[in-house]
Amino acid sequence: MISGMVSRAQKYIFFAMLFACVVMAAFLIRLRNRAQDRLQQQGTRAPADIAETTATAPRTVTLYVPNDLDDSLTAVERSIPMPADENAQARVLLERLMEAWRAPDSTHPINAASGVNDVYFLAAPQRRDRAGDEGQMAVIDLNGALAAAQPSGIEPETLTLLSMMETLHANLPTVTQVHFLVDGRPRDTLAGHADLTRTYMASEAESAPGSGGGGR
Amino acid sequence: MRWIEAAAALGMAAVAVAGLEQSPATSQAQPPPTVQMPQSEGMPPVPAPVIPQPVQPPPFVVVVDAAHGGSDTGARLSGGIPEKEITLGIAARLRSTLHARGIVVVTTRQADVNLMPVDRAQIANRAQGAACLVIHATATGSGVHLFTSSLSPTGNSRFLPWPTAQSAYVTQSLKLESEIDSALAHAAIPVSLGRASVEPMDSVTCPEVAVEVAPLVGGHVTEARPVTDAVYQKSVVDAVAAALEQWRSDWKQ
Repeated sequence: MISGMVSRAQKYIFFAMLFACVVMAAFLIRLRNRAQDRLQQQGTRAPADIAETTATAPRTVTLYVPNDLDDSLTAVERSIPMPADENAQARVLLERLMEAWRAPDSTHPINAASGVNDVYFLAAPQRRDRAGDEGQMAVIDLNGALAAAQPSGIEPETLTLLSMMETLHANLPTVTQVHFLVDGRPRDTLAGHADLTRTYMASEAESAPGSGGGGR
Repeated sequence: MRWIEAAAALGMAAVAVAGLEQSPATSQAQPPPTVQMPQSEGMPPVPAPVIPQPVQPPPFVVVVDAAHGGSDTGARLSGGIPEKEITLGIAARLRSTLHARGIVVVTTRQADVNLMPVDRAQIANRAQGAACLVIHATATGSGVHLFTSSLSPTGNSRFLPWPTAQSAYVTQSLKLESEIDSALAHAAIPVSLGRASVEPMDSVTCPEVAVEVAPLVGGHVTEARPVTDAVYQKSVVDAVAAALEQWRSDWKQ
């Protein structure tokens, strides 16, 4: 009865539209899959791309490597690719310095797998005895593993701090003050001796008798 | 009535305070007797020069602080011996040697006890020492490491901030360090000099040096010896005692 009411032309149009719907659905599904594949490929390539955009050409930096035997810091030049971001630069510098501490022939051996959690920069607080000091304060958040591996003693602990301070100040001259944290928290001493409650002036590392050979 | 009594009491208290404030004036009213010099007519009286009384020199006291103690063991040295034991042993040996040379010694601890840095500084400051030594030991480096406070030197004043009190004594501390350096060098012990920030050094009000004894690394002129070696410890103590004896005649200059 109903079929008798639908004309042959209407039937053709209905089936043609149904076929078009199926074709369009298949096309859309294929487009979606292609987009998904493309996104996945971009996701796996992202870190490399970021590294390519942030890392610049290798730069010559100066690391101050301590020597426990004569209580000195020795300037060592290295050519390393440095990121553009200042915080990342500070981290790269300190990690390179700690690689020197971990080396088999190290003159200041500290065998810690990781050393620095992060480095933050703040405007240096003004001090009454340092009028006009408008540099930055670097807050170095050390890893607890480094503090645990640090040999205990006034000399080795002081050399560790001076070495980091001098390396940062030499390559990032705006750093005039340095404060240390361990695993994000304030701590009394590095390994029982060197005071971590105070803020150090970067110039202390320059004027320290141990810097550049205070021993005899 | 009670209000009046209270007001009267307050008034008396105020008078008492005023009396205290006026005490210098009162003392001015009764000056110490002075001898009048013979003078010509018309000239105002001139007081005779006051003959200075002989002043007793302050006693030469050396404060010896054996670092660490109690639950604070310090570094682990050769053979697993804690630093606190070595520092106590060296401090006791130094005390005996200085006593034998007629020098008064004040020690912060003579047993394995916990002592806060603030207590160590208080003991040193009350003793008004002519020299204060903090004894440390380490397994790193070679010879003896001498450290003075990393504070910048400042002038002496009546009131010193507790965290930076040592700043008024840094110049003298450096001189004392130089004396000990010379004595150790004379004993053929390698020495390194440095500035450090170690509690309680910055709060001590006397010439202060931290003496950190490290093992002797064998070389052309030195024989390898661990920190625990009694002969090595004795040579260090004798050299430091000789330096302090020299300091007894130099510290007032």
